[in-house]
Amino acid sequence: MVSEVSQEVTPRGKRELTQAEERTEAGKFFSPYTDIHETDRAVVVTMEVPGVDKNAIDIQLEKDVLTIKASIDSSKYESLRPIYSEYNVGNFVRTFAVSMKIDGSGISATVADGVLTVELPKAKEAMARRIAVS
Amino acid sequence: MVIRVKDQFETLLGLQRAMESVMGSDWFGGRTSGSGAFPLINVFNDGDDFVVVAELPGVKKEDLDIQVRGDTLRIRGRKTVAHAEGVSVHRRERAAGEFDRTVTLPDDIDSAKVAAEYRDGVLTLRLPRAESAKPRTVAIN
Repeated sequence: MVSEVSQEVTPRGKRELTQAEERTEAGKFFSPYTDIHETDRAVVVTMEVPGVDKNAIDIQLEKDVLTIKASIDSSKYESLRPIYSEYNVGNFVRTFAVSMKIDGSGISATVADGVLTVELPKAKEAMARRIAVS
Repeated sequence: MVIRVKDQFETLLGLQRAMESVMGSDWFGGRTSGSGAFPLINVFNDGDDFVVVAELPGVKKEDLDIQVRGDTLRIRGRKTVAHAEGVSVHRRERAAGEFDRTVTLPDDIDSAKVAAEYRDGVLTLRLPRAESAKPRTVAIN
């Protein structure tokens, strides 16, 4: 395992999505910070979705386009009166074009401490084959 | 384990940014030592209690250290992002590192009654005002 340790975490604002098209749902949408890596067998997407319950995550793969949507429950803020604010809260959405064949039935996802990990196994025909030279 | 340390310029720039953001905010009246630093916080009033909320995705509960003393709150910890070896990386946006933020609140806190909850990467702290800081209603005879 390789861990990257910088001296301090740099505070970064959340990236709010600009309204490219009209949405049917109300509320703000943010683009979650995401890591993507690829192993021999799968493509693994890891994204930060703080405040999202595991039942509020929607993952769809349609025609090589992966859409991940995570909704937050803002009802806990309703009784509170804000007095100082540094960030805004809202739902998360992000779309990726998946360039290789994915075995759609084998997609698995886990969420822990606000980090969602989606594993997209490659389809048999997309796996690299090592060819022995005789 | 391979540990990489980011360059010196980043450290200096981070310090300058932190100093600038302290000056930019007036809610804490210039008393805070960490406005705008990681983690970003939202502060709410709920009756006599302060509620401080911070998003800390990827931070483990055990890696969080919260201290309260007088009117000062300290949130300290470490955010780790583990990458498996021998994989090809397509995108790397998540930040990792240590953080230590001290926030001065406008009133003294009853440190014995502070409640902390960490769920789905969101830290919620309920900080009741100390009895001495609460306004007293004066009855008129």
